[in-house]
Amino acid sequence: MISRRGLFTRTLLGGLIAVVASTAHMANAAETIKIGEINSYTRLPAFTEPYRKGWELAVEQINKKGGVLGKQLEVISRDDAGKPGNAVKIAEELVAKEKVALLAGTFFSHIGLAVTDFAKQKKVLFIASEPLSDAIVWSKGNDYTFRLRPSTYMQSAMLAKEAAKLPAKRWATVAPNYAYGKDAVKAFKSVLKELKPDVEFVEEQWPALFKIDAGATVRALEAAKPEGIFNVTFGGDLAKLVREGSIRGLFEGREVASLLTGEPEYLDPLKAEAPEGWIVTGYPRDFIKDATHQTYVDAYKAKFDELPKTGSLVGYNTMLTIAAAIEKAGSTDRDKMLAAMKGLTFDSPSGKVTYRPVDHQSTMGAWVGRTAVKDGKGIMVDWFYADGADYLPSAEKTKALRASN
Amino acid sequence: MGFYLAQFLTGLASASSLFLVASGLSIIFGVTRIVNFAHGSFFMLGAYLAYTFVNILPHGVLGFWGAIIVASLLVGVIGVFLEITLFRRIYKAPELFQLVATFGVVLVIQDLALWIWGAEDLFGPRAPGLGGAVRILGEPIPQYDLLLIVLGPAVLLAVWLLFNKTRWGTLVRAATQDREMVSALGVNQSWLFTSVFFVGSTLAGLGGAIQLPREAANLLMDLNVIGEAFVVVVIGGMGSVPGAFLASVLIGELNAFGILIFPEITLVLAFLVMAVVLVVRPWGLLGKPDAVLRGADGPPEQPLKPFTATSKYLVWALAAALLATPAIADEFVLVLLSDILIFTLFAVSLHFIMGPGGLVSFGHAAYFGLGAYGAALAVKYLGVDMISGLVVAPIAAGLGALVFGWFCVRLSGVYLAMLTLAAAQITWSVAFQWQDVTGGDDGILGIWPAEWASEKMAYYYLTLALVGASVYVIRRIVYAPFGYALRAGRDSQLRVEAIGINLKSQQWMAFVITGIFAGIAGGLYVYSKGSIFPDELHIARSVDGLIMVLLGGIQSLIGPIVGAVSFTMLEDLVTRLDYWRIIFGGVILFIVVIAPEGLAGFARKILPESLTGKKNEGVQI
Repeated sequence: MISRRGLFTRTLLGGLIAVVASTAHMANAAETIKIGEINSYTRLPAFTEPYRKGWELAVEQINKKGGVLGKQLEVISRDDAGKPGNAVKIAEELVAKEKVALLAGTFFSHIGLAVTDFAKQKKVLFIASEPLSDAIVWSKGNDYTFRLRPSTYMQSAMLAKEAAKLPAKRWATVAPNYAYGKDAVKAFKSVLKELKPDVEFVEEQWPALFKIDAGATVRALEAAKPEGIFNVTFGGDLAKLVREGSIRGLFEGREVASLLTGEPEYLDPLKAEAPEGWIVTGYPRDFIKDATHQTYVDAYKAKFDELPKTGSLVGYNTMLTIAAAIEKAGSTDRDKMLAAMKGLTFDSPSGKVTYRPVDHQSTMGAWVGRTAVKDGKGIMVDWFYADGADYLPSAEKTKALRASN
Repeated sequence: MGFYLAQFLTGLASASSLFLVASGLSIIFGVTRIVNFAHGSFFMLGAYLAYTFVNILPHGVLGFWGAIIVASLLVGVIGVFLEITLFRRIYKAPELFQLVATFGVVLVIQDLALWIWGAEDLFGPRAPGLGGAVRILGEPIPQYDLLLIVLGPAVLLAVWLLFNKTRWGTLVRAATQDREMVSALGVNQSWLFTSVFFVGSTLAGLGGAIQLPREAANLLMDLNVIGEAFVVVVIGGMGSVPGAFLASVLIGELNAFGILIFPEITLVLAFLVMAVVLVVRPWGLLGKPDAVLRGADGPPEQPLKPFTATSKYLVWALAAALLATPAIADEFVLVLLSDILIFTLFAVSLHFIMGPGGLVSFGHAAYFGLGAYGAALAVKYLGVDMISGLVVAPIAAGLGALVFGWFCVRLSGVYLAMLTLAAAQITWSVAFQWQDVTGGDDGILGIWPAEWASEKMAYYYLTLALVGASVYVIRRIVYAPFGYALRAGRDSQLRVEAIGINLKSQQWMAFVITGIFAGIAGGLYVYSKGSIFPDELHIARSVDGLIMVLLGGIQSLIGPIVGAVSFTMLEDLVTRLDYWRIIFGGVILFIVVIAPEGLAGFARKILPESLTGKKNEGVQI
């Protein structure tokens, strides 16, 4: 039994502890490093949810080890609803009101570009984690923007290098009709032509994004009788193309090189109907035996009870980048962080990653292999890790590609 | 030969899928006059529910088709539930207001689907027994496509029989023609409408469920299908099911053969066809010239009232408060306020054409985007300064409105609305496709304000001045003789023409005026964001504008302002939360139910007469 007096004392004590604890917490909160994070969480949850989990895990691990420069990381994460105008408004708020040290995130290329331009105007450091557009680091690149994920060009070049080893000479392409699809086809064509001048491109299909009329597209591709097909469609379009194409025998006796198809985000939903023998870029997360990667996968599984996806790795590496950059800069001063980002190297589950000083692109790579079906689900086999550094143009060439600021 | 036959059959299969979705939409619109944005959501639910039931029920032919049927019927039941709890309350609201409710439903269903089925696409099994292909003239044709080719006309026949050979169908057709007469003859109109909703939603659910063997159930299905469904319905003629079928076949085949010649065409083909059909046949292929959108059932609109003395003071006080804000507020408040002001002008300009003009525009984003692109292109290619950019914006938008308006004013009602939508979509596709000039999806970057306006405070004052002046001018125009003539034309076309006003040219001018002001908003927008992308021309932006105007209340000049302010602020507030769409949608539905006359109309009812002027007696909503 607790006496009345005892109860009173305890309540008082409890209250006191609570007050002390919350002041301590406030003092603690004052010493956090704020990071502004923007992504299309409601528009494309299939890709941005794993990404969110990835960075959450990294932040938790970093903070558990005492944070960065003795301060805890605090991520203020916001949803741009898939609208570039919203993303810029949120960026304004994060910078002006929340006083974040830097911005990170974005998935869609055009939203990434909107924030890239905002970063240049407001002179804020921006780590573009997921958008693939080459323009972010090249034609529209600027001093304040760095990009983590291997770009459209890099991943297309990875596939083109593999495609050049094949006997196939007549190629057809199918890509969603927007900047990403156009860039990918352009890069694939130019790299393949360079490596193997006698290839010819006999057909191009440009279905509207997420509105592919798969039957008609498959027929049009078939009619051109190509020996190889370069595919850039993804998500719902890919599922339709795969089913329609396999029913109509499009892929029989043909080589297919397919961008991103090996990423779990795109491969998993196809289950037993995943295409077999396609050359893809992706992420064979359950087969990578590297110790750092294994620790990462175990931690991820322990926290979320599922396997990580490509987005998870990108999210995780984003926070590793930020922690490494602040650590190297020794403060959250913008100019010091910008200087630190140039040539920043850190160890990630996907190996050593460096941000090239010449164009601010990281050398994070992707895994290239062939698809197969095992136990009713799609996997990657015969894969190897393609280090991003090997698929980027030389510093000289890059200078010509990059905007002159 | 075999190849072309195969392509033709593929086109027919796509046409059948399209028809199933469109037929339900057409039926619901034909009877209830609801422009149902949630139809795409019903389609999506059909696909997801079919996925769930296919996995629950025993595998095999019976289980598969059983799942499809159960899923369709369940969607029908969901439709009935929404009709009884929601739409039934707002049939008598001012024109198009139900559209706001369907918008709320879309948001709620998006988050519910994410919550129930998760983010990952769900790839269903192939139809048992129909998983392969048969060879016709040596070309492989999927067996399932053949089934779809048969199913489309079968559904058409069933619907035709239902409407023409049953008592229920006769009553529904009677209600479509004259609702009051039907209820005067003792038919329970409520249940008639409910049953129509059931049929329409079931068809949408069937359309979605039947897609399962062809595509993965995913969270983007709803918005991907709704645009094309509307296009099909309009090309066929609103309310005409055979028309919808004809239109589906037309689009399916044009698509199948179009991509052989010009693969990029898929982006805009449907809207191009619609524009051409509407210009040639203003009521669609098989439609009748009676699809009125305005004043369908509500009370007649009251004349506009000038400000009372008290409300004038309030306006001045508000202006003073807006002028004083930078002294007390932080920088982000100014950013948000600038956004709100820009969207206020956008909504007010849309309201001008919809309210006093009586011409419903579903494609107002075209003028907003043309303004923004006009300024951005002038900066990119001519290197003009900010002031010139802001002058170019309304000119570009005004010219766009001059061209589109000429075609649009020849139509009326929902057909006019859909032609404005087609115009906006075509503009969008030009911005999207013409990569060399507009930058395509990568947009145009680096459009920032001049040095003197680069501080947030300076830009805020610039926005405030331009938006304030524009809103004042629009208000003046509404009360000028031109505005009176326009309103008269809206209320009685015949009388206006009888007294010698050229209504068409009045309306054409109104289009240009609304375009110019939307262009100003677009110009201000691009300089505040620094970049412009085709998104600003897209349907979503037009819909935002519609919701602002309708939510605020279409029958008063304050309405669009109230609507824009509350919509923008609410959106900014809720997007900070997880599952914000369900909250946003819920709030919108709540407003719809308690204030079916819009926020401004609701305020008019509860505020004292010193603010609202004399109230209208005897008009109940």
